[in-house]
Amino acid sequence: MNGLTFDIAHLLAGGLVLVSFMMLYQDRLFALINVFALHAVVLALSVAWQAYIQDAHHLYVTAAIALVFKAIVIPVGLHRIIQRLGIHRDIETAVGIGPTMLAGIGLVTLSMVLMLRVTPEADPLAREDLAFALSIILLGLLVMVTRRNAVSQVVGFMSLENGLVLAATGAKGMPLVVEISVAFSILIAFIVIGVFLFRIRERFDSVDVGALDDYRGERR
Amino acid sequence: MTPIVALALWGVAALLGTAILAVAVSRRASATRLVYGATLGISAALFVIVASALAGDPAGVSAVTLPLGLPWIGAHFRLDALSSFFLVVVNLGGALASLYGLGYGRHETAPHRVLPFFPAFLAGMNLVVLADDAFMFLLSWEFMSLASWALVMAHHREQDNTQAGYIYLVMASFGTLALLLAFGLLAGPDGTYTFDAMRAAEPGRFVAATVLALMLLGAGSKAGLVPLHVWLPLAHPAAPSHVSALMSGVMTKVAIYGFIRVIFDLLSEPAWWSGVVVLFLGGLTAVLGILYALLEKDLKRLLAYSTIENIGVIFVSLGLALAFKANAMPSAAALALTAALFHVLNHSFFKSLLFFGAGAMLTATGERNMEKLGGLIHRMPLTSFVFLVGCVSISALPPFNGFVSEWLAFQAILQSPDLPQWGLKVMVPAVGGLLALSAALAAACFVKAFGIAFLGRPRSAAVELAHEVDRYSLAAMFTLAALCLLAGIMPGLVIDSLSPVTLSLIGNRMPVQMAQPWLSIVPIGESRSSYNGLLVFAFIAISASLAAFFIHRFASHALRRSPAWGCGFPDVTPAAQYTAVSFAQPIRRVFGTFAFRAREMVEMPPPGATSPARLTVEVHDVIWEIFYQPIAGAIEFATEKLNHLQFLTIRRYLTLVFLYLVTLLLVLALWP
Repeated sequence: MNGLTFDIAHLLAGGLVLVSFMMLYQDRLFALINVFALHAVVLALSVAWQAYIQDAHHLYVTAAIALVFKAIVIPVGLHRIIQRLGIHRDIETAVGIGPTMLAGIGLVTLSMVLMLRVTPEADPLAREDLAFALSIILLGLLVMVTRRNAVSQVVGFMSLENGLVLAATGAKGMPLVVEISVAFSILIAFIVIGVFLFRIRERFDSVDVGALDDYRGERR
Repeated sequence: MTPIVALALWGVAALLGTAILAVAVSRRASATRLVYGATLGISAALFVIVASALAGDPAGVSAVTLPLGLPWIGAHFRLDALSSFFLVVVNLGGALASLYGLGYGRHETAPHRVLPFFPAFLAGMNLVVLADDAFMFLLSWEFMSLASWALVMAHHREQDNTQAGYIYLVMASFGTLALLLAFGLLAGPDGTYTFDAMRAAEPGRFVAATVLALMLLGAGSKAGLVPLHVWLPLAHPAAPSHVSALMSGVMTKVAIYGFIRVIFDLLSEPAWWSGVVVLFLGGLTAVLGILYALLEKDLKRLLAYSTIENIGVIFVSLGLALAFKANAMPSAAALALTAALFHVLNHSFFKSLLFFGAGAMLTATGERNMEKLGGLIHRMPLTSFVFLVGCVSISALPPFNGFVSEWLAFQAILQSPDLPQWGLKVMVPAVGGLLALSAALAAACFVKAFGIAFLGRPRSAAVELAHEVDRYSLAAMFTLAALCLLAGIMPGLVIDSLSPVTLSLIGNRMPVQMAQPWLSIVPIGESRSSYNGLLVFAFIAISASLAAFFIHRFASHALRRSPAWGCGFPDVTPAAQYTAVSFAQPIRRVFGTFAFRAREMVEMPPPGATSPARLTVEVHDVIWEIFYQPIAGAIEFATEKLNHLQFLTIRRYLTLVFLYLVTLLLVLALWP
């Protein structure tokens, strides 16, 4: 039984990392958002499994929040934004896919080496969880720095938050309040950035953040 | 009965209250009188309280802890012999500067920029001396620096003052950083910030050496130790004259207090080589300071450079005290430390006096440049008399006080053959040579200062209109002149009042001097050396009176006034007199080529040409060029490069953060 629960938790967390990798090579915005929705679903499953094995019922709430907001509300909202902005045809990666994937592999290796080394006496489940969470955070950051479009930067940021939630649920006894606040902070960030996007759009006719740089009178 | 330290703290609170009051009233006409009157009263009261405590119970220690500052430390204050002595110096200087300010401040163009900060500055200096934990010490130190910076910037629209203020601020921050690190090391891993705990701790040799280096940087930059002196000749003259007097005469002494407190009190056992370091820096400072002063023609800058020289003299004595203390020669160490403290007191007297005199000249003529002065002895006879007293005292001529402290320092130097280490045996006489050289150069420098400013004929129209200054300024200057003379003819009294300090820091004292007949002082033994200021004074007074009597009796009636022979020129202008630069030329030729890379170029027109001959003198500030210009250049280069970081794209900023995070994680992963 113990082996099985561990394996399933491991599988789900590893799945999150895999989906993060999938995000790295999406060059269409709709595809990216779909992958993000998948990311949130896997997160919800992983959190729910943690709730089951830790027998912590409040984590079901976290899983539900992840499922409702991150897998449904936010992707749908982003879909609408993209349609209203008419940018669904844009292809936008700043760095080529090959180097990005290589960098992603490097980052996952780094977080594995680091986490497995600094937590030798921790519970193996939490250890694996933390290592995967760190990989997801780093991959989220990588998504943010390799994209030019503000929408995909928002997506990268939210996948980073997913990593934080994974880390939080992996540790036993994390109170629900913290997770709700994390979830709401993402929601608020989403709203703020959405408003911000429309503002940029109104002013510059584009959501390419490069327009901001052009406005400041600088070269890239 | 309230402990003395509590009374002193009430005084500090009153000074701070005066500062706040000054903010409110500073634009009224009566504000100057009110504020300086208040500071005069408070400083005089503090002086009387502390001096009576020093006289009554010299070894007494009173301490108080207030629930201020950091909650787990509180604010500790303590008054022992050392801090009492420095409080006397601070408050005597403060009281006389206030007295002088009562008159001088009436000519102030922007009193609202001076009045609030003057009491705050006094309060800051008092607090530094009273503080008994590192936190309070640093806080007061920084408060003192900032208040004095505000005073330097009082006339911020005048040329160069802003730059002076900037350099002062940079150097003061650097000094405080060094002090912060020094106290951090002394506090040790437990973070015990009270001085009592630091005294009890036994720091290792490496820690002690680092603390010495940091204190030389921190206290040295405030005191003006070469090569950290650069701010001093810029900032001291920029302030109003009574503040210049306080900064030069008193604030540098507070810095020396910090050095003595840490090196002699908190660090218990010095290593012998620490004496070598301090001696070397002191000797270098003394000679370079006075050489700079000799080349200067701005009177207040000249005085500021001379302050650097005197700081050098004090540090030489302190270095001797360290060397003797390390070699368990307590009587010689007590002699050297007494010489240092005596010179601290003396310098606060005569440097205040000279700055007051320079301020009087500034009030009367509006000129600081000596090349525009001259002949002031006829227009300002009283000022010129007290200025002469100041010049004679600072040139270390008997019977005034400067001679006694330098003589004591030389007595300590003469003890050096008994030292065991060869390094010290060689070093101490060499530094003694430097000290003698600087004393001689100081005399030349002040002959120049007095001669050019007061003697000869007026060099500008402003001098012709000059008249004597007000009676408050004169009262302050005459008091200081009298103190110079008194300390010169009754040195035994000062030496005996310094004995509790040397007893507490070194565990020994100089022999009791007041028991000697006729106010003589005998620092070591009757057979070695003795000095009697009263005798010298009486001899000078009697022989000078007799000479004057004989001249007037037998020669004056034969006096005939006739025009001076002008070498055949029909009209001799005042420009044909000696100038400050020409007076210093021989010395510049001897030392300048080495110390300042000075060069003279004479451009002689061919016979028949109508163009004038030209003498161009080129002088480099070597220290500035070697130490400061490369640093300033490097900083400018780095900021130029870093400036591009202000204009990156959002994605690049994210990338920077990301790369930084990854680097940190890599370091963590690869750390063994």
